[in-house]
Amino acid sequence: MRRSKIKVVRWISIAYVEFIRGTPLLAQVYLVYVGLPMLTQLNIPDFTTGAIALTIHASAYISETMRSGIEAVPYGQSEAARSLGMNSRRTMLDIILPQAFKNILPALGNQFIGNIKDSSLVSVIGIAELMYETTTVRGTTALGLEPIIVCSLIYLVLTLTLTRLLTFIERRLKSSDHR
Amino acid sequence: MITVKHLYKSFKSHEVLNDINCTIHDGEVIVIIGPSGSGKSTLLRCLNLLETPTRGSIIIDEQDITNQKVNIDQVREKMGMVFQQFNLFPHKTVIKNICHAPIRVKKMKRGDAEQLGMDLLSKVGLRDKKDVYPITLSGGQQQRIAIARALAMQPTAMLFDEPTSALDPEMVSEVLAVIKDLAKEGMTMVIVTHEMGFAKEVGDRILFMDGGQIVEENTPEELFHHPQHARTQNFLSKILH
Ligand SMILES: Nc1ncnc2c1ncn2[C@@H]1O[C@H](COP(=O)(O)OP(=O)(O)OP(=O)(O)O)[C@@H](O)[C@H]1O
Ligand SMILES: [Mg+2]
Repeated sequence: MRRSKIKVVRWISIAYVEFIRGTPLLAQVYLVYVGLPMLTQLNIPDFTTGAIALTIHASAYISETMRSGIEAVPYGQSEAARSLGMNSRRTMLDIILPQAFKNILPALGNQFIGNIKDSSLVSVIGIAELMYETTTVRGTTALGLEPIIVCSLIYLVLTLTLTRLLTFIERRLKSSDHR
Repeated sequence: MITVKHLYKSFKSHEVLNDINCTIHDGEVIVIIGPSGSGKSTLLRCLNLLETPTRGSIIIDEQDITNQKVNIDQVREKMGMVFQQFNLFPHKTVIKNICHAPIRVKKMKRGDAEQLGMDLLSKVGLRDKKDVYPITLSGGQQQRIAIARALAMQPTAMLFDEPTSALDPEMVSEVLAVIKDLAKEGMTMVIVTHEMGFAKEVGDRILFMDGGQIVEENTPEELFHHPQHARTQNFLSKILH
């Protein structure tokens, strides 16, 4: 979107990305939590607002990662595809995106791991995610450290699984890099 | 037949092509020479609309391709292009590089496309490289694949922009040999090159460009041995010695 030829689209997407990157996630979570029901006059479940906030946040970062990945593909690739008669959509789908995706996979992986961890923040609006439950357990059992350790371990299992999966995909995609 | 009439091209205020006129007949091999920055690449790139001309017309078989209504993709299908930097698709094997556009753009059947691809690989002498990735190939091999890939669209004309300039000297001849074969088969070609020996051998007509204009055009014999214009003489004396 930031690469769009239409000025308004470009401005809006730049503003969006800059806003999300320039403000804390915590503020964004509150903003959606408080702002969205006001704007829409609807009674939105807490879980939905939390998910919306996280999605808005993550997509700004992911879109930036994708943009850098697309721009890192040499211009000659697109010219070669176009000169073979491929239209711009075909060129993007078949030639540019596969190469861009491969370039950004490590960055995208970090992003996802960050997202999983970021999700702990929505506990502030009372969503019963892991961190929230941890606090509850601590409150009811008077255990100090243990629930937090358990909680961290669960996060670790989630992120490690993801890391392994990503390493696997990366290795598959690297098959064209070796002599 | 390709006819270029009063073609102008500017980048911002910088005029790069300044009233280009020329005709390329079917089966003819045109070689464009000239100093760096004279607009050779820009002219070539205008012929398949990788650059949009500022003014003027390019008429290919009675169709003016500078007309807004023309389907650019269809024009490019008929016009193969080979780049200095090869620009093979690194994420696709050699045979997929060649067959992708025929299958996706021309809707050719996969089997037919692969048959055609193998024929073209034989033609450029690289049949055994069918399933490898481009990165495993030498520059000369990559460029020969790039030529095969362009030919797979069965174009009516081929454009070459300094096809050997990025190659180590020992690989130049293998690529030039492929282009010479095409010339023998009667392929219409426009070639930008600094290889003067090759230009003389393969060209039916040489265009000398300088400052965005075609200063002189003639048969290789005449242009190289009896250049008429001072600028041509000057350029040739620099490049041939
Ligand atoms: N996309 C562009 N934007 C701005 N200026 C450009 C662009 N492409 C080419 N030019 C300019 O146009 C002029 C002609 O460039 P062109 O590439 O056609 O020259 P050339 O004859 O092919 O030179 P060379 O032998 O170095 O390849 C140069 O001055 C170049 O800087
Ligand atoms: Mg050039």
